[in-house]
Amino acid sequence: MLNHLLSGDLPRSRVLAVVLVIILAGLLLTPFIFPGAKALNVAAKICIFIVLVASFDLLLGYTGIVSFAHTMFFGIGAFGVAIALTRMGPTWKGVAIGVAAALVISLVLSLVIGLFSLRVKAMFYAMITLAVASAFQTMASQFSDITGGEDGLSFKVPELLTPGFSLREAPFLGVSLDGKLISFYLLIAVTVLLFLVMLRIVNSPFGRVLQAIRENEFRAEALGYRTVSYRTSSNVLSAMFATLAGALLALWLRYNGPDTSLSFEIMIDLLLMVVIGGMGTLYGAVVGAAIFIVAQNYLQELMKLASGASAKIPLLRDLVHPDRWLLWLGLLFILSVYKFPAGIVGKLRLSAWRKRTAQPGA
Amino acid sequence: MNSPATTAIEPLPTVKPDRLPLMLLPVLALVALPLIGSASTWVTLTFAGLAMGMIIFIIASGLTLVFGLMDVLNFGHGVFITLGAFMATSVLGLMTGWTTSTSLLLNLVAVLAAMLVAMSVAGGVGSVFERVIIRPVYGQPLKQILITMGGMIVGEELIKVVWGPEARPLLLPTAFQGSILMGDAAVEKYRLISVVLGLIVFAIMTWVLTHTKVGLLIRAGVHDREMVESLGYRIRRLFIGVFVVGSALAGLGGVMWGLYQQSVTPQLGSQVNVLLFIVIIIGGMGSVTGCFIGAMLVGLLANYTGFLVPKVALFSNILLMVIVLLWRPEGLYPVGKK
Repeated sequence: MLNHLLSGDLPRSRVLAVVLVIILAGLLLTPFIFPGAKALNVAAKICIFIVLVASFDLLLGYTGIVSFAHTMFFGIGAFGVAIALTRMGPTWKGVAIGVAAALVISLVLSLVIGLFSLRVKAMFYAMITLAVASAFQTMASQFSDITGGEDGLSFKVPELLTPGFSLREAPFLGVSLDGKLISFYLLIAVTVLLFLVMLRIVNSPFGRVLQAIRENEFRAEALGYRTVSYRTSSNVLSAMFATLAGALLALWLRYNGPDTSLSFEIMIDLLLMVVIGGMGTLYGAVVGAAIFIVAQNYLQELMKLASGASAKIPLLRDLVHPDRWLLWLGLLFILSVYKFPAGIVGKLRLSAWRKRTAQPGA
Repeated sequence: MNSPATTAIEPLPTVKPDRLPLMLLPVLALVALPLIGSASTWVTLTFAGLAMGMIIFIIASGLTLVFGLMDVLNFGHGVFITLGAFMATSVLGLMTGWTTSTSLLLNLVAVLAAMLVAMSVAGGVGSVFERVIIRPVYGQPLKQILITMGGMIVGEELIKVVWGPEARPLLLPTAFQGSILMGDAAVEKYRLISVVLGLIVFAIMTWVLTHTKVGLLIRAGVHDREMVESLGYRIRRLFIGVFVVGSALAGLGGVMWGLYQQSVTPQLGSQVNVLLFIVIIIGGMGSVTGCFIGAMLVGLLANYTGFLVPKVALFSNILLMVIVLLWRPEGLYPVGKK
């Protein structure tokens, strides 16, 4: 049953399995064990980024394509929902139309970019997507009549998801059953569903071809696969999932602006999450997103302590300044690319595999 | 018995020089003239465009050569720009007496000192960057993109550690401020200086590339690395040299860009990155002349459209890239790579 649900791609490492269970349990129980709005927001952000990072991994880790336009699709999803709900009012119809329109736009855009530029070398593709993404970002802030410009859009979501909606008067285990809680669990459900679908995709014959292209494109082509159409499909699929992640973000925040979904900083965060978690393993997306976002929100507090303790030492004080958390994650990123390109998940799987093979007969 | 050697040796067939892309610059400038209408505005805008183009060229030339020589695309190139600009704020900050004096000589010395310090620091950091970040991942494009991006993140953060995260002012020395009148047109002095400086760098670079042995080897290496290696030249050493010089030029460009904008932010480098890529794609990856023309086109177009249709100015670079690539898919001067 579990094997089937995970498409035969089990964690293959006891430690990893435990970590994944802890993350899932932690997310599910957040409203009950960590009170307060901040913890809930962090947990929701982890869910959204699991989808986003996994979709990026589909492209980077499984197909070996570096794209810097991934946040563009994330932003399209978020803006789709935001614009539709601003114009049509807080209805489910609005949500559906926004998501559908965003998906269509992403489909067309990713198809065009893919067909035009996936024939060129990796470098060019990376550069072209970078240029396209930055153009899109300026466009979003320029057409302020539609997108709200730099200020972004605040909007109302369907009543079921608003904090004002209440399932029953009495709180359950000390937690009030309001719309925020409902949307949180809906978010987790959608995340799990999308993740399992992506796991299905990468473990299908189609996914195997993508990996073959990553390993040796020339050979895959010689075997008779149309590599360009496979690479384009991978590009489109990954854009679609990123769009959905963007829609989730907008619904959760009830706000969207260029900085929350389109900025280049998010693109860099994404890269860090994919690489630290482990390229080419979707579980890496879960681990990477969880570690990164927890670090983003709580490492600073830790560093505040450290910088308080070292306030007298000039250089060290600046190095552990709370605002410099990205420095340490950046170093971790460079180390990951060198030392364990398969990231945390790859490392765990490798050591589990070594342990298994070291005991003959086991 | 007549030996064939007595017959006159035919000259080697030469490739006809391709001057078509060169024509783009005057054509663009002439097309813009009637659209803008006023000649004095046109002169001002043209100089602004050329100055911007020169600075971009100085920054991008190293990037394109590094790519041509070793297929290394450094996404962290922007760090050297920021580094150079911040070094200039420090050096000029120490020499405030000299920059605020009205003597042209003292001003000039201060700026030259800032440029020299910025270039040597950027070059030095460049050699470390090459050793630590780039060397371990040769020939692995995917890792290279990721790791140079990582270098960019860490570099930017380290710059924030040293100089702080806020924007710092970088004021022009007194003698460089203001503008001079050319007929009716007011041209800022600093823009003129940038143009002259850019032309000097371009001339020196062209001279080195075409008239020295090192230049010959670099051009040959861009064209066919293995052949140069098999003739016994150490292309690795050449590459390190080009990388260091490229970083130093980026530092110089950073100083000039900072003075142009009159302020420096730690995000300067990553903001310019996109522009640099567009320029070297337009020029043809690995071609210095192409890079020069590409940079001028970008600079001119940005200023013309900024005046005529400001909304389009934001996309003018992308539009330019699309048009150029439709015309010449490998850039203006494709490097005939093996």
